[in-house]
Amino acid sequence: MPAAVHRDLHAQFAGVTRVYPGAGDHPEVHALGPIDLELRKGEFFAVVGPSGCGKSTFLEILAGLQRPTAGTVTFEGMAVSGVVAEGIGVVFQEDASFPWLTVWDNAAFGLRRSGVAEPELRRRVDDALAFMGLKDFARAYPSQLSGGMRQRVCIARTLVLQPRLILLDEPFGALDAQTRLLMGDEVLRLWRQTGATVLLITHALDEAAMLADRIGAMSARPGRFIEIIETGWSRQRDSTIVAEPAFGEITGRLWERLRGESLKALGHPGMAQPPAALAAE
Amino acid sequence: MSGTEAVTATRRAIDTLALLLVMLAIWEVLHRIAGETALPAPIETLSYLIRTVPTPRFAENAAATAEAFVFALILAYGMGLAIGIWMGAHRLSGAVGEPILVVLYSLPKITLYPVVLLIFGLGISGKVAFGAMHGVLPVALLTMGAIRAIPPVYLRAARTLHLSPWQIIVTVLLPAALPEVFTGLRIGFTVTLLGVLLGEMFASKAGLGAMVMNAMSLAQSQEMVTVAIVLFAFAAIANALLFRIEHRLHRRVRD
Amino acid sequence: MTRVGLIRLVVIAALIGALELACRTGLIDHRVVIAPSEMASALMALLASGSINADIERTLGVIAVVIALSIALGFAAGVIIHALPRLREALDPFFATYYAVPVFIFYPVLIAIFGLSPIPIVLIGVATAIVAMIIATLNGLDRVPRVLIKVARVHRLGRLATALTLQLPAAAPYLFTGIKLSVSYGFIAVIAAEFILSPAGLGRDISDAYTDFNNRRMYALILFLLIIATVVNAGLHALDMRFAERRGGART
Repeated sequence: MPAAVHRDLHAQFAGVTRVYPGAGDHPEVHALGPIDLELRKGEFFAVVGPSGCGKSTFLEILAGLQRPTAGTVTFEGMAVSGVVAEGIGVVFQEDASFPWLTVWDNAAFGLRRSGVAEPELRRRVDDALAFMGLKDFARAYPSQLSGGMRQRVCIARTLVLQPRLILLDEPFGALDAQTRLLMGDEVLRLWRQTGATVLLITHALDEAAMLADRIGAMSARPGRFIEIIETGWSRQRDSTIVAEPAFGEITGRLWERLRGESLKALGHPGMAQPPAALAAE
Repeated sequence: MSGTEAVTATRRAIDTLALLLVMLAIWEVLHRIAGETALPAPIETLSYLIRTVPTPRFAENAAATAEAFVFALILAYGMGLAIGIWMGAHRLSGAVGEPILVVLYSLPKITLYPVVLLIFGLGISGKVAFGAMHGVLPVALLTMGAIRAIPPVYLRAARTLHLSPWQIIVTVLLPAALPEVFTGLRIGFTVTLLGVLLGEMFASKAGLGAMVMNAMSLAQSQEMVTVAIVLFAFAAIANALLFRIEHRLHRRVRD
Repeated sequence: MTRVGLIRLVVIAALIGALELACRTGLIDHRVVIAPSEMASALMALLASGSINADIERTLGVIAVVIALSIALGFAAGVIIHALPRLREALDPFFATYYAVPVFIFYPVLIAIFGLSPIPIVLIGVATAIVAMIIATLNGLDRVPRVLIKVARVHRLGRLATALTLQLPAAAPYLFTGIKLSVSYGFIAVIAAEFILSPAGLGRDISDAYTDFNNRRMYALILFLLIIATVVNAGLHALDMRFAERRGGART
């Protein structure tokens, strides 16, 4: 694969589409694309769109969890295929903490099989847990923690591996509104300190507007980017920017572009999710 | 049923049929290895079955088992429901009694069969008591669970509708609890039958269980397998029917 | 001990006490049931004499073999069947009906084939217990949250590593239920087999004592078996309840 055209290019989508093949009673579903996108190194990119538009499919293709039906995806100049590339970390919407391990062992999970020496491993896990405010809960089990804290465990587990690209698939979907705002601050802090490129999938316009450098507004299925908005925020932002007039403009602009798409998503008869069995490939 | 659904259903039926044929083939192979007296061939067994089932001898034994089974089932259902409703409705009794019932359920009750025989004698009462002993436990446990699982909001709603206690039980509690109670009845059916058969195998001169033991002592393997097949068919069909009803009840409650 | 536990203890003690009283006062004929205290003393004497040690070893040994085989083979079969969905669908009606039919009725057929040895007992024991383990294994593997499989791929784990480090621990609570059931069914099937027909073993002992009208010996042996079965099953049940939190509650 040719090297990055843009020196700061971290990942690239070129003509990517995803079609779920028909099975039994279900016709084939054109879920995504065509998508053309360039992700810059170190940026915070958010994807917003109505339910079922293909945002999660987009993320999973970038991660390597699904293969595109057409088009190419590259990460750091290398083609992304059916294997998750080293350097990519993913946090899912569902609680993926392992109930049989302590918080500490959960965080250490990924690092254990990477051959890192024990003292280094312990240092990185301790750092990640401290960073996510979980130091006092290292010996606890996930079942003893709240939903928000369990998501933090999952984030810590991802952080320990020091990923260069962090993918967040609606990680705060299951949390209440106030916790989401606070977690937003955490994510920004995380982004600044790791220097990683972050891609966040969300259906919450205000969340995208507050967190991202660039926001991709995705149409209803099949998902395509109808606009990419640059927010122009400073890197040192936090949740207090919701008070800025620019914030209102951005969310207003997003809704203007997405309102029609959301109506389409609600009214369109063929908007059911693809069969679960087809979604994991 | 749409086109593709019909294709899937047909494919499943063919798969299951193929599996049955494989099992018959294994039976035939085992027959070749074990010899005629030990394990008869499938085809001969089938013809023996067709000849034997209509005979008076078979009918008498089947009737003996059926009689004991029906009485045992009535006892098991009656006592099981009563105990289950009481322990389900009365929290303390339920909390105290449930582990006891659970332990009893997992015990090898055949250990107590001699005691049953000493108390009830060698006639049909012993078999009935033993069968009922088996069946009462799953019925009681599942009925208790069903009563406990009724969402409290149902009771609150019922009271706001000014229903009498009897009306609440009949029109709200019973329909709400029925699906899980019915699961208990279905499992109770199976274990009661097993209890009666065990009783007959151990100490009885009449009944299908005794028929099998008798056939064994006379090295009549075709007879043994025939009785087994008849019992399996009966139990499988009865279970399937009960499960159908149970499934309908579950769907009704969920909708 | 909780209040409920205390009440339970009192209830059980009261029932045993009532039985004791009824026996001692002659309310219950001692040719039918003997007093619990007599059962206990008869058992102590029997154990002390060492005369039933061989039978204890035999019965518990056979049960142990049945349990080990059922769990190991049942788990293996469950894993294989889970990986072959078409086979699983074909087997589904078979598994659904298995515990509805009196499989035990085949025990005499097994004796006809294999003769009077431990083999038919082991076979009928495994036949009774193994399907519970298979069903529990299938259930447990089904219940592994799909997101965990995705996490495995994010960490680039191979199939074996995914199975051992993620699927197995996630399925463990359900597998334990299978183990609990296998133990319980193993006990039931082996002892029933020894009762019906067996050259040796505790079940055979009880059966002999019954036909010999030797009530003291019979009740001593019954008490022994009941105690062992109760301790084992209750112990496993308690462990299973601890796992139950992980099965039902943890993920909200």
